[in-house]
Amino acid sequence: MTALGLFNYWAVIFLMMVGFYTLIARGNLVKKIIGLNIFQTSVFILYITMGKITGGTAPIFVEGGEDVIYSNPIPHVLILTAIVVGVATSAVGLSLVIRIKEAFGTIEEDEIQDESL
Amino acid sequence: MIDTNLVVGVCLLLPVLGAFLVLVFGSRPNVREAATLLTGGLTFWHVWGLLHHVREGARPRLELLEIVPGVQLAFEVEPLGLLFALVASFLWIVTTLYAIGYMRGHHEKNQTRFFFFFAIAIAGALGVAFSANLFTLFAFYEVLTLCTFPLVTHHQTDEARKAGRVYLGILLTTSVAFQLLAIIWTWQLADTVDFTEGGILSGTASNGVLSAILVLFVFGVGKAAVMPFHRWLPAAMVAPTPVSALLHAVAVVKAGVFTVLKVAVYIFGIDLLGTLAATTWLAWIAAATIILGSLVAFQKDNLKARLAYSTISQLSYIVLGALLANEWGVIGGGMHIAMHAFGKITLFFAAGAVLVAAHEKDISRMHGLGRRMPITFGAFFIGSLSIIGLPPAGGSWSKWFLGMGTLEAGQVGLLAVLMLSSLLGLYYLLEVPVKAFFFRPPDDAQRGKGIKEAPLPSLIAIGITASATVGFFFWPDLWHELMSMVVSGVTQ
Amino acid sequence: MTDHLPVLLVVVPLVAAPIAALLNHPRLSWAVAVAATLWTLYAGLELLSQTMASGVIHYELGGWAAPYGIEYVVDPLNAWVVVIVTLIGALIAPYARVSVEREITEDRIPLFYAAFILCLTGLLGIAVTGDVFNVFVFLEISSLSAYALIALGSDRRALTASFQYLIMGSVGATFIVIGIGLMYVMTGTLNMADLADRLPEVASSRTIPVAFTFLTVGITLKLALFPLHLWLPNAYTYAPSAVTAFIASTATKVAVYLLLRFFFTIFGATFSFDVMQLDRILMPLALIAIVAMSLVAIYQENVKRLLAYSSVAQIGYMVLGISFASVLGLTAGILHLFNHALMKGALFMSMGCVMYRVGSVRLERMNGLGRAMPWTMAAFVVGGLSLIGVPLTVGFVSKWYLVQAALEQGMWPVAGVVLLGSLLALMYVWKVVEVAYFREADPELGISEAPLSLLAPTWLLVLGNLYFGINASDSVGVATRAAEMLLGVLS
Repeated sequence: MTALGLFNYWAVIFLMMVGFYTLIARGNLVKKIIGLNIFQTSVFILYITMGKITGGTAPIFVEGGEDVIYSNPIPHVLILTAIVVGVATSAVGLSLVIRIKEAFGTIEEDEIQDESL
Repeated sequence: MIDTNLVVGVCLLLPVLGAFLVLVFGSRPNVREAATLLTGGLTFWHVWGLLHHVREGARPRLELLEIVPGVQLAFEVEPLGLLFALVASFLWIVTTLYAIGYMRGHHEKNQTRFFFFFAIAIAGALGVAFSANLFTLFAFYEVLTLCTFPLVTHHQTDEARKAGRVYLGILLTTSVAFQLLAIIWTWQLADTVDFTEGGILSGTASNGVLSAILVLFVFGVGKAAVMPFHRWLPAAMVAPTPVSALLHAVAVVKAGVFTVLKVAVYIFGIDLLGTLAATTWLAWIAAATIILGSLVAFQKDNLKARLAYSTISQLSYIVLGALLANEWGVIGGGMHIAMHAFGKITLFFAAGAVLVAAHEKDISRMHGLGRRMPITFGAFFIGSLSIIGLPPAGGSWSKWFLGMGTLEAGQVGLLAVLMLSSLLGLYYLLEVPVKAFFFRPPDDAQRGKGIKEAPLPSLIAIGITASATVGFFFWPDLWHELMSMVVSGVTQ
Repeated sequence: MTDHLPVLLVVVPLVAAPIAALLNHPRLSWAVAVAATLWTLYAGLELLSQTMASGVIHYELGGWAAPYGIEYVVDPLNAWVVVIVTLIGALIAPYARVSVEREITEDRIPLFYAAFILCLTGLLGIAVTGDVFNVFVFLEISSLSAYALIALGSDRRALTASFQYLIMGSVGATFIVIGIGLMYVMTGTLNMADLADRLPEVASSRTIPVAFTFLTVGITLKLALFPLHLWLPNAYTYAPSAVTAFIASTATKVAVYLLLRFFFTIFGATFSFDVMQLDRILMPLALIAIVAMSLVAIYQENVKRLLAYSSVAQIGYMVLGISFASVLGLTAGILHLFNHALMKGALFMSMGCVMYRVGSVRLERMNGLGRAMPWTMAAFVVGGLSLIGVPLTVGFVSKWYLVQAALEQGMWPVAGVVLLGSLLALMYVWKVVEVAYFREADPELGISEAPLSLLAPTWLLVLGNLYFGINASDSVGVATRAAEMLLGVLS
């Protein structure tokens, strides 16, 4: 029961590992960026999950609803920032990949290493 | 009349000023050398002026600034430091005189740089002599190491580069790895690094810890050339002879043994030193260095190399004097700083003169040269007597006191070592003048023609140091008085 | 206006960056950069003197009270870090003009200055903020601009170096976010002071140690502690000279600051060192870094790479000081933060001069430079002596405290390793010195001394090395105050 109740967290861990593995194991620079993206996405989900309160609703103030339970909006707002940062990182990363392709003629890590020697 | 405390600063600044004058007048050699001589004279005059105050019991002190909280860059003139400063500043003048003849006669390049770093080195040596605490001493010790590096590697050849590596490698390694550790440890234990009469370490830690610190100090002062950290001294012989003469017979090496003496007397204190476990076997290491140094000197045909190993051997006399941990030993050690300085510089001057005049480095090729260069080899003979410890040369006094020290310490074995070393010295030093005067020159008709005495300024320098060596046999009072003040202050 | 200094310190360069980009003119953008860095230097010094005189400064951003609003907090520690960063920034900006003209194509120069100011903004933001999520945001601002700066290097390998740094840096930053999130889950706050209050209640949970671990890995990646330093050597080697000098003397320092802030202020020394026993990880890694990276440095043929490995070793010194978790140790670490910025700044800037004239910093191209570029190489020698730790330079002051801290704990072998590091430094510094002074230069190359606009900032740093080595009372005073504050022993 608890194991299933923590479904989101399992998803986070799964995505994190997938992303991390891709990041490390793939030699293709674009795939590395994608891996980094998946890795970061898992963190987004982590934050979103922790803001959710069981039975809570969207944090919009309802007239006369004193006993309404709201979800915590702060992690959601935080992760909005982190998403922006993630997009920026991907943008910088991908533009670097384009420049690398121009300079080395390849985006495979091992081939770049051969070129660099 | 300016404040005596400020005179200390003047003594330190004058050589630096001289160094910059050298830079300014670099393109006019005569003015440049006149500037060095002038600043040298002024420096010595001021140091000499301090003698009067120290005799009256004053200890001129100059505090500059606090480097880190509790540790100052400070200077204090006490008798031992004054002795070293007198020797170094006086011999600087003489060596400059000598260097003028040598460097020009030998057509050395980059003479401006040479005289510049030379002056800075003297400032470093005086800084060591006058330092009021271990930190200041260490700082100037390293200044001395670094500014002599360009002098050692003066020729900038591959050989010089390799020698420079050995030189800097050993001196910096020992000082950073051992000496600095010992200094910080001392600071940790005693909460001060000031040189204090009677020492500062007594009762701060166990015998074992203090012994460890003593070992770190003795080996950490690489300039004292206690084996196995002696290799830098022969390596430094690639330098021009004036450098070998002043720095590697006087300023640098004496800064080393001076540090050992100073640490023994003012950091440990003679009483504490006598009780440490390490003292005795360190004394035997010094004794081993004395013998081994002499034995190696025996086998060197290159005159400067032979003198270098002789220096290694003689330096350990002073280290031994400190480690005997009694008054006689300290007096003997301190006097030997002066006596050996004058004796050995004479020998190096003579060696350099032979190099300039006859272009000979090897002893086996000096047969018969004495007839053409009688003054040079005569001076060499006198210098040798002093190193061996025979009258009428000053060295006999310091050896006498050192011998008394070994007896006082009850170490007859060490006395035997001193005797044996003198016997060895008798052979390896006197071989040179004997061959030069009494052996026939080789039958090479071309060779030897036109060999005259060295240039006049060099000859004058040799004459001065040789006469001083003899003079100190008859009037050793100055050095003895200073050392007595060191000892009497300590044991009261 | 002085009331708003903490925020103006960050906002002014933040606004200056787009202005520099929009002006799109090499000289004008440069002027904006110089003005911005001078402003930050003024603000930094002012903040330091204020906090030393009257204690911690709190600034509520937009008037929103902490812990709900973001708070900027300036105490002796981060004021010190701010001064280090702004000082280096203010020296690099004038230095960059000539150096960058040589190394970067003209159309990119305005963008270079924009990225440079942004990077400075990010570093300053990390230093002054009192909010952990804000730390992450500024960390990414500085990192992203640093990736761009490094990629501007003229060698194409600068691109791969930058990419490598981007991947590792992003992973590190993401780890930090995870750690922050887990702390938030348990405490419901992001304010540093608030976190420090609430964490002890929940310290026994499993979440907090996990958060601690993520933060440790993330931060040590950013500060390039061995073995997470792999991004550093390439990045330093191929970045433009001005960038290397700037990043080497600021970015890792700010990461060290983060380490101090998280482990001492937020988690507290008791939790970090007694419960989590961080010292058992940090100390061995620091010692390995000192020895192994110095050894690697000895074998480098590219002087910038040599200095980069030396940086990793020097970071080991800082972390070592921190790992003692004593006042003396922290003082040593914080002091070395400043001192190392001075020496590495000077060294990398002198290499920038060489790059300007020679076009390469490989050893075989530096034959006889001691004669051709006497002032540049003299700066290198002094900086190198400082690195070795010769007395009367800043390096010595660092060593003095570090060895003392080790002896205080009775760890004399550690003291031995510190001194061994000095000797290894001697070997790699002397390798360069021998090439520059003992080999004959090729007279046909006609290399002359670097221009004054490069030499002047370099020598200012060199003189700083000597000044703070001879009169260390000020820097030691600040470092001691900061150390006492971190350990909570401030009277």
